Amino acid sequence: MWIHITRRLLGLIPLLLVISWVSFQLVRIAPGGPFDKERKPASPEIERALLAKYHLDDPTWKQYLRFLGVLREPDGKGGTRWSEGGLIKGDLGPSFKYRNHSVNDVLAQGLPVSMTLGLLAFLFALGVGIPTGVYTALRRGEWGDYIGSFFALLAFCIPGFVVGPLLIMAFGMHYRIFPVALWDSPWHAVLPTIALGLYFAGRISRLMREGMTEVLKEGYITTARAKGLSESTVVIKHALRLAILPVVSYCGPLLADLLTGSFVVENLFRIPGIGVFLVNAALGRDYPMVVGLVLVYALMLVLLNLVVDISYSFLDRRVKPG
Amino acid sequence: MSPSARKSESDLGPAFRALLQGFGAVFVVALAIMLTGCVRHEPKADLVLINGTEPESLDPAICTGQPDGRVAAGLFEGLTRLDPVTAAPSPGIAERWEISPDGLRYRFFLRTNALWSTGEPITSEDVVYSWRRVIDPATAADYAGQLYYVKNGEPISTGKIKDLTQLGVRAVHPHLVEVELENPTAFFLELCAFRTLAVVPRQTIEKYGDRWLMAKPLPTSGCYTLESWRVNDKVRLRKNPKHWDAANILNEVVDLVHLESANTALNLFETGQADVIWDKTLIPMELMDVLKHRPSTHFFSYLATYFVRFNVTRPPFNDVRVRQALAMSVDKVRIATHIMQGGEKPASTLVPPGTANYAGPEGLPYDPERARQLLAEAGYPGGKGFPSFHYLFNTAKQHEQVAVELQQMWKKELGIQLELRNTEWKVYLADQSAVNFDLSRSAWVGDYNDANTFLDMFMSNNGNNRTGWKNSRYDELMRKANAMTDLKQRASLLSQAEKILVFDESPILPLFYYAGITFYDPDRIEGIHANLLDEHAIYPIRKKPKTPGVPAGRK
Repeated sequence: MWIHITRRLLGLIPLLLVISWVSFQLVRIAPGGPFDKERKPASPEIERALLAKYHLDDPTWKQYLRFLGVLREPDGKGGTRWSEGGLIKGDLGPSFKYRNHSVNDVLAQGLPVSMTLGLLAFLFALGVGIPTGVYTALRRGEWGDYIGSFFALLAFCIPGFVVGPLLIMAFGMHYRIFPVALWDSPWHAVLPTIALGLYFAGRISRLMREGMTEVLKEGYITTARAKGLSESTVVIKHALRLAILPVVSYCGPLLADLLTGSFVVENLFRIPGIGVFLVNAALGRDYPMVVGLVLVYALMLVLLNLVVDISYSFLDRRVKPG
Repeated sequence: MSPSARKSESDLGPAFRALLQGFGAVFVVALAIMLTGCVRHEPKADLVLINGTEPESLDPAICTGQPDGRVAAGLFEGLTRLDPVTAAPSPGIAERWEISPDGLRYRFFLRTNALWSTGEPITSEDVVYSWRRVIDPATAADYAGQLYYVKNGEPISTGKIKDLTQLGVRAVHPHLVEVELENPTAFFLELCAFRTLAVVPRQTIEKYGDRWLMAKPLPTSGCYTLESWRVNDKVRLRKNPKHWDAANILNEVVDLVHLESANTALNLFETGQADVIWDKTLIPMELMDVLKHRPSTHFFSYLATYFVRFNVTRPPFNDVRVRQALAMSVDKVRIATHIMQGGEKPASTLVPPGTANYAGPEGLPYDPERARQLLAEAGYPGGKGFPSFHYLFNTAKQHEQVAVELQQMWKKELGIQLELRNTEWKVYLADQSAVNFDLSRSAWVGDYNDANTFLDMFMSNNGNNRTGWKNSRYDELMRKANAMTDLKQRASLLSQAEKILVFDESPILPLFYYAGITFYDPDRIEGIHANLLDEHAIYPIRKKPKTPGVPAGRK
């Protein structure tokens, strides 16, 4: 088990290197540069100084090595030294767009907020999705199933940018129960959590219902029932364990998605997370920010998938790690 | 129904209860996260201003955007500052000044009670350092051009002179700054109030580099200190009690909220979580029909023009008749009033009306008949044989509406077919600055109240020209005008230059003068005054005192 985990974690390093290299290159292919503005700097020297300051006048391979922190540079005293900062020291470099901040600054401020909101939405999605999924599966073909499934499908079909404004209109503007935007108190988290989590609650509910329906048909469930076990034991102890597997495998990418923030919901509720940066950094050609965010996202995705794989082996003893 | 299903039904209660209990725990965890993750123990601000998009920088030398500039101006002050009512330059760190008769030498006497927020005196050395920092190419200040009027400003900025001390600014003694200009500059006192020339703390900058604004404590020279700056969230300013004019700073804590969605801005305003929206792009245009009748909507004119650039290096736009024909067949009244709806006014010149010491020329009239004649003279009667051409603009609803309108007008009046080329912002900027377009959407906002801020853009070597158009007579007139001390003669020369630009040669097609909107409840908020520069100081703004009979207003 531990060997398996270590091997997977070591495998991360080349993967992240490849991802960073590809994103590093791709973002530079896009037309326009980070310092293009509606008005030109006063003189071409200023533009040159700007490019030199951020080393954009170097060849890309050199820029990349500097980004990694493994470039030998002249130290101004005739010798050479390793470039300052760099990925190996956990430094993602300066932001080109927000020139008083480093990418690490922005992540340090935004990531906890996005993660809080993402985790809340995740719990909301599970807390609503799993019970409704189980309920509708157990009530298959009855009214409870129709109603539950209808709402699950509805949640699944309406995107956040529709749910969000509706929630704001109803609970923010009309009834004034919850604040319409900003991120100051626990109350501020309620509407964005629902707006972000509802869609996933619908998906999880459907996955759960399908999983449960399948598992309830299995022979070992019939055996368990024949042994006279109570229905709660059958459902929770025996059926749920396997029925939840599709949900678990969906949870990895879902959580990575939610934790890194959502552009739509963060924009709508003006939440100071990093979801907005994912889009704006690309539009603004903020190269280090794009690469940094891509790396964070990739890291989360890979780590959470690892967690999913490990939890599989706990839930389903037939699955062996490695 | 099968017997087993019946059994499950009768036995479901406990199963479900257990399941719900499990998920009850989930909600407890969620609540715990909410309580730990997003509680901020921050007292409410006295004033919440919705300021626009996230500032790219609050460094006065670096920042270029309007939201950035508003915050920077609250933190750092220059020798002069703009009067909150008239936007005319008034004493800032300098309490008075003397100007030599030839208009080339300024002597600024600094206040002896001008202090950094940390208590040290602000001296003439600080002013000299701040200006040298702006002009130093290594600082990479986009707006270094604001110091080109000072002696040797341009050669230093362009690298021809390496010695920064050659800049025409000198600390004579701790409270006297002497400035030498290249030419008499009518708007120089206004430039001194411009954020780029604000006074910044040398030690902090040298110690912390690019991240100096995060330093604690951060010495500021303006009305406020920077309490916190959270990216994509808000900037919190706190009154600087050491400021020389602290008695007239009418609020203690001000939040400047940064966001991008107009609907969110309006929601915050409507629910009382924000007091002022002062960025027009943050007022939903779809609701303008309703909003424009509200007392909270304040329209004002300011120095900004929306226009179209022709690429005069590409045929057929190298022919002035074609450019004029296109210009004269556009119904600008329709565009300004039907498409824009925010109080914009049709434009036939580049320099907006109301600009100080200036009366612009007549631009080209709306005359489709004459336009058709001109197009025929250029060899395209009825639009026959006119090559297909495109209009470059960045993705935004209003720009698209304007583009579609132009497309229809030219099709109808001239029988020519315009293709729309809609690109994202950075692609648009790259294409525009490389003059890689036939026609391009353009806009310009004046930095100071003088025609020069618009007209110098089209001098042959100006990086913002972006049309390929060069005219030696125009350059000559501009140079002459800017060396002139007599304001009347200067205005006449500038007007002659503008006539070449918008009438004789027409490398650009002005469409409308922008109008600004500030959104606040006049019964609750006071101290915001409309002005041509769309510059509003924060310090005189406050919530109206609740007790009736107390005189409102500052001082």
